[in-house]
Amino acid sequence: MADPAVGGPRTESAIQVHAATKSFERGVRAVDAVDLDVEAGEFFTLLGPSGCGKTTLLRLLAGLEQPDSGRITIGGRVMDGVPPHRRSVNTVFQSYALFPHRNVRRNIGFGLEMQAVAAAQIDARVRRIAELIGIDDLLDREIAQLSGGQRQRVALARAIVNEPDVLLLDEPLSALDADLRGRLQLELKRLQRQLGMTFVFVTHDQEEAMVMSDRMAVLDAGRIAQVGTPDAIYESPAALFVARFMGHQNFVPIHGRDAHGVDTPLGRLEGVFGAGDQLLLRPETIRLDDEAKTTPNRFEAVVEERLYRGGTTEYRLACESVRLLASRANRGQPAHQVGDRIHVGVSPRGTTTLTD
Amino acid sequence: MSGLRRDTRYLLATTAPGVFFIVVFLVLPSAYLVGMAFLSNGSYGLPTGPLTLDAFRELAGFGFLGWSPGNLYTLIRSVWQSLLATAIVIVIAYPAAYTISRQPVRWRAVMLLAVVVPSWTNQVIRSVGWMNIFAPDTVVSELAVRIGLTEAQMGLFPSQFAVIVGLVYNFLPFMVLPLYAAFERLDIEQVEAARDLFASPVAVFRHAVFPQTLPGLMAGTVLVAIPAFGMYVVTELLGGGKATMIGNLVARQFVQASNWPLGAAGAIIMIVVTLVGLKVLRDLGRRVGGDREVLL
Repeated sequence: MADPAVGGPRTESAIQVHAATKSFERGVRAVDAVDLDVEAGEFFTLLGPSGCGKTTLLRLLAGLEQPDSGRITIGGRVMDGVPPHRRSVNTVFQSYALFPHRNVRRNIGFGLEMQAVAAAQIDARVRRIAELIGIDDLLDREIAQLSGGQRQRVALARAIVNEPDVLLLDEPLSALDADLRGRLQLELKRLQRQLGMTFVFVTHDQEEAMVMSDRMAVLDAGRIAQVGTPDAIYESPAALFVARFMGHQNFVPIHGRDAHGVDTPLGRLEGVFGAGDQLLLRPETIRLDDEAKTTPNRFEAVVEERLYRGGTTEYRLACESVRLLASRANRGQPAHQVGDRIHVGVSPRGTTTLTD
Repeated sequence: MSGLRRDTRYLLATTAPGVFFIVVFLVLPSAYLVGMAFLSNGSYGLPTGPLTLDAFRELAGFGFLGWSPGNLYTLIRSVWQSLLATAIVIVIAYPAAYTISRQPVRWRAVMLLAVVVPSWTNQVIRSVGWMNIFAPDTVVSELAVRIGLTEAQMGLFPSQFAVIVGLVYNFLPFMVLPLYAAFERLDIEQVEAARDLFASPVAVFRHAVFPQTLPGLMAGTVLVAIPAFGMYVVTELLGGGKATMIGNLVARQFVQASNWPLGAAGAIIMIVVTLVGLKVLRDLGRRVGGDREVLL
């Protein structure tokens, strides 16, 4: 890799992280030899369970922590030892961290004030951002008078008014109720496209990550388990951990294989499957009943549970010793009831195999 | 009582002790004090009528021999000495409270105890301790002579310097504790937000740390400046007449001079000055704290 500091080839990377490691007192590696490349203008998500190191990685990018080793480059500048206030990076904090002794206007203008921008210009920029985010009627309010959603928007405005190269968002929606959360997801996404700004977004919610990201990285115990687009990660998880975290439940062990198929507790499955020892069947690729006829592999299953979800219906099935979850779009097919014996079909297309 | 409704009786029963206490120990003595202040000092040291403003005139320095500003000087000196002591206490307590709050939990308790324990000793004993330290021939006095603070064989007490040291020593814990509480509750995310938003270390302190500690600072100032203003023991023992404060003046009228109306007038002036001081502090806190109520 060319050293970006000495005029190597101009990359489109907003952020490059190379072998970054950060340990805390008890010797736990919160971030362990992480390599990461975030492209300019991308909505990039760091996804993982709590304690996976995603927030620490974000803090390394913000400069609130310094890595023990490795190198972070932001906008082509090496960030070794650069303190937060000298980075063109701003953060939306999980608890918003608004200044309670300043009103909304002076919260949003804080970063510009610290950069000694002229008062008239601060006023104009604050107003413009407030209009963009839809909080222009709140500018003279005190922080204590705001609702959670309004605080969230103020925190967002306070960060993007500085027009940073990269905006970091640390679980910014986790404190909000589901309805508001859904709305703000859309708003954030729209805003990011409109501004063309690079967003690095931290969340532990895989659905949120899939809805919002251009690309995402799944973290496990301080390491990056997989980087890719949401579809690639959902449909072809690279590891069992990733598959489980993305919400997959249908894992079928493979005991044997030959050139034409694999042996599983479901029976023999014809076709070319991957080389792993666990077969991952996505609920929406499992064919039921009539639709099963077109698949090469069919077997019988008993409906144990039926969950009607409006657009789709989920069936919990028992096939031999295996429990499977199948999901089918509701297009007027007759519904199966609990206890029904039905045909289930599996084709190698759309399946993935994984190794423990 | 049987004619009263049940909850009325309950209300009376629960509030009566408090009301009784306040009336007997606050309202009546205050009324007595105010009444006393408007009487004149009769022969044999007994207050007599009719109601006049003589005591206040005398306090302002208008006596038989024309105007002498001694009492006014005492009042001004009281305000000045208590403000100076408070300022010094803040300078010492602020970094101390911060440092203590950053220690591991076990050490915090030990260090706080070290700050507080001296105040469990009687004020007189502690002041006598300082008298010994500041006496001639002590290491401290010798050192003071070397650097030209005092002359040989004079010692450092009695002096205004000794009074200020005594006040600072006495009231330090009352500033450290509220400041420590403020630092312990400090929202680190606000500090990080300021760093993230281009604030230099000095600006981080000014905009993210100081405002959060302002309520503690205000509480400490009230706990230090007001008692320091009315201080009697320390000034009596360490001042030796060179740094008399209003508390000593009042006490002298009651104990030695037997001029109760003058003492009462002094006490009323003390209360008025204290209330004015609180108002000033409150407005100042509001200005600095961005229109928040940071006091009371």
